[in-house]
Amino acid sequence: MKATASGEHLQRLVIVGNGMVGHHCVEQLVERGALARFEVRVFGEERQRAYDRVHLSEYFAGSDAETLALCPSDFYRGHGVHLHLGEAVVEIDRERCEVVTAEGRYGYDQLILATGSYPFVPPIEGSTGTARLVYRTLDDLDAIRTAAADARRGVVVGGGLLGLEAANALKSLGLEAHVVEFAPRLMPVQLDGEGGAALKAQIEALGVGVHLSRATQSISAGEAYRYRMNFDGGEFLETDLIVFSAGIRPQDALGRSCGLEIAPRGGVVIDNDCRTSDSQIFAIGECASWNGCVFGLVAPGYSMARNLAARLLGEASSPFTGADMSTKLKLLGVDVGSIGDAHGATPGSRSYRFIDEANAAYRRLVVDASGKHVLGAVLVGDNSYYDTLLQYCQNGIALPADPAALILPQGAGAPALGADALPDSATICSCHNVSKGAVCAAIDSGCADLAAVKSCTKAASGCGGCAALLKQVFEHELSARGVTVDKSLCEHFAYTRQELYSLVRVEGIRTFNELLERHGKGHVGCDICKPAVGSILASCWNQPIMDPALVPLQDTNDTFMANMQKNGTYSVVPRIPGGEITPDKLIVIGQVAKKYDLYTKITGGQRIDLFGAQLHELPLIWGELIEAGFETGHAYGKSTRTVKSCVGSTWCRYGVQDSVGMALRLEDRYKGLRSPHKLKFAVSGCTRECAEAQSKDIGVIATDKGWNLYVCGNGGMRPRHAELFATDLDDDALIRTIDRVLMFYIRTADKLQRTSVWRESLEGGLDYLKAVILDDSLQLGAELEAQMQHVVDQYECEWANALNDPEKLKRFRTFVNDRRADPDVHFVREREQRRPASALHLIPTVEEAV
Amino acid sequence: MNLSNAAVAQHAHWRAVCQVHDLVADSGVVVWLEGEQVALFYLPNQEQALYAVDNRDPRSGANIIGRGLIGSIGGELMVAAPLYKQHFSLHSGRCLEDPQQALRVWPVRMRGDAVELAML
Repeated sequence: MKATASGEHLQRLVIVGNGMVGHHCVEQLVERGALARFEVRVFGEERQRAYDRVHLSEYFAGSDAETLALCPSDFYRGHGVHLHLGEAVVEIDRERCEVVTAEGRYGYDQLILATGSYPFVPPIEGSTGTARLVYRTLDDLDAIRTAAADARRGVVVGGGLLGLEAANALKSLGLEAHVVEFAPRLMPVQLDGEGGAALKAQIEALGVGVHLSRATQSISAGEAYRYRMNFDGGEFLETDLIVFSAGIRPQDALGRSCGLEIAPRGGVVIDNDCRTSDSQIFAIGECASWNGCVFGLVAPGYSMARNLAARLLGEASSPFTGADMSTKLKLLGVDVGSIGDAHGATPGSRSYRFIDEANAAYRRLVVDASGKHVLGAVLVGDNSYYDTLLQYCQNGIALPADPAALILPQGAGAPALGADALPDSATICSCHNVSKGAVCAAIDSGCADLAAVKSCTKAASGCGGCAALLKQVFEHELSARGVTVDKSLCEHFAYTRQELYSLVRVEGIRTFNELLERHGKGHVGCDICKPAVGSILASCWNQPIMDPALVPLQDTNDTFMANMQKNGTYSVVPRIPGGEITPDKLIVIGQVAKKYDLYTKITGGQRIDLFGAQLHELPLIWGELIEAGFETGHAYGKSTRTVKSCVGSTWCRYGVQDSVGMALRLEDRYKGLRSPHKLKFAVSGCTRECAEAQSKDIGVIATDKGWNLYVCGNGGMRPRHAELFATDLDDDALIRTIDRVLMFYIRTADKLQRTSVWRESLEGGLDYLKAVILDDSLQLGAELEAQMQHVVDQYECEWANALNDPEKLKRFRTFVNDRRADPDVHFVREREQRRPASALHLIPTVEEAV
Repeated sequence: MNLSNAAVAQHAHWRAVCQVHDLVADSGVVVWLEGEQVALFYLPNQEQALYAVDNRDPRSGANIIGRGLIGSIGGELMVAAPLYKQHFSLHSGRCLEDPQQALRVWPVRMRGDAVELAML
């Protein structure tokens, strides 16, 4: 044992396994101040620190290992926890109380096993290599990705929860996906027959093949595809790769080999305190067997971790007494929920069922013999019923007179269970065991917004399934306390940007003063509300921003239609649509730059930035550029910037569509569109993605059938991959979809909110956005398109407009009473161009040009 | 309408710097006055319609204040510096965010069509 500074001995606590449960145990220990009493050492077999396995399929939809990580990279070191990654424990020496790795031996006073589980792969002849992939770790996913690179079709063996996740992963890799299940229905553990059938119908409608009651006998070489899976009964299915997801087995090898008691069906046997047959060794999560059960969900594992951490610190802790296996999921985009006794196995129980074959929706409510309490439920197709049913079930809330109303289509007067009907003991978040009472306590201790409540209680930070319920409770409690949340734009407008947008549009308001008079305070406004309103007015009506009533609203760059740099001079960016430019135009840019001695640089958006122009030079420079056929590039505005493109099918041997042509069409349509923040686009001519469309607000990638649309990506400080929004669109459908997405963004985003942040703040996420845009769930589609068309029709190059109006040109004078240039602007030569003479200030410029 | 700011010394030496039509309503322009650069802000709907402060931004060292956005914060008229967005009172020249920074305030008035500044 090591001695602490105060002379006490630190106990050595070793945790084997750095998965979700092992990590949660460390978090719980840290939170309880365990580092003052224990020297904690954690071993992880994988190279990555703990990551979110629940959302593993997002790895193929834009997430990377870092975004899936459960903690910042310095979490362990920062708390003084020794983390050994990529160092597997190979043996436990119980006699000497040591664990053994390839690197050495480490003593322990207490040992926690959190080794999780491994995928079960049935022994099948011919199952090797890419016919024997599994879906569990990031390494497994990398292997699947590699195998998918030159594959067309992929099969998942196993139609359970993880199998369907794996099928989703194959689908997002662009493969034709099939699921092969041994049982006669999908998700046999969570769903009953009708539920399984509804799920099958929905998944097949998404183009995923479902093959039930099939046992694979052998795998041989295929004819049309790499492999042939031979089923009993003589049928076969050909495929290029096979992922096994036929269930998990507890990873109990360490416990077995050191002689701990092992359950007949696998798993290290534990008691209610998570203690194994060796009183110094504990086991938590999927490697443990409690009462003959292994729990394959994260919530019970967290619950074990929490109880054990409390126990190790001598706190009163409730023993582990089993777990609720209710789950709410979205599999391949289909809602699936299962609560409690989903199969109605309780003696005397009765069921209500709702079957909608038209939409392949299914709901079942299982109640007890008295008809007063919910025992369980099955949901397929619509999880909006889940939270209410779960609360009824978990909290023993008495059912209404007609329980069937709980699963009937809503809008038919279904009794919703409001946040106020929940008792304080009601569990809101079962992953982190957060009760309604705990949420209330957090609010009372000063948590003023949802984010604060989340970080204080951890609610909704596990599987995230309770996010909507948490928000409901939070808002209800706030209003119960008489608190109104101040969402005012600034001291002049007690409205959000979204509300002001509606007012402007509904009342047809055309000027800032009109809006201020009708809905604001004071007579002046400020540098927060003026540009925000200026942007709203431009988005709605698209009048020239140099109109006298609009000029005072614009931030300085919009006012002078150029980007101010650190020494007060401007940079000028002519539009070069799609990055395509004729030699003649290129020569004009060179000549103008040379004439006005402008520092010249190629931007990241495939155009050219000319730096160092003084205010009075801007009209002269633009006069020459417009003469040569250029238009303003709006590099100064919160507006459409560029549409980057690769050369596409016209030149490239891989291109499948004319990406430059589409880029030109998009840039021509959306140029001049003003929005809450800048907008960047890109179009790639094939899946090699040379235009980097997935880092743009609007990304378009050609397919052999049309265009795939990606939305809400971002580069910059907080990069975010754009998400696949719609596939194989033809030209007009693509434009229509982009029209709707952009106008909906303009309508609903907060001020200065990029599409990426907007998308993350959208309640209901990508599915909601798809419903609004693709399914027209709010019946806004036509209106959004019409509004966009209005903006497009109103377009006019604002530099050309200004040059035709002597009144507007008055502003472009460095001094209104003197023709001289600003004598304080100094340049020096560097690499044959001029640049500002000295660092006027150490802080970098605020506005990037492109 | 009071067309000039109040604190004007008795024997100030007034100099015409430009015409009223050179001004831009609710916005700023810059005049050159014997080596000095002065930003003029014209708010025709305010009780005091004209304001004059230094054009040089003390934080960046660039001559840009005249190109800043005008607004009110807590009832006080302000100009936001274009580069780093700090706010200066049009009345006192003091910086809202940093007491170390301040702009010189110039006495200014309208005489007929002429805008005049007082040399101090």
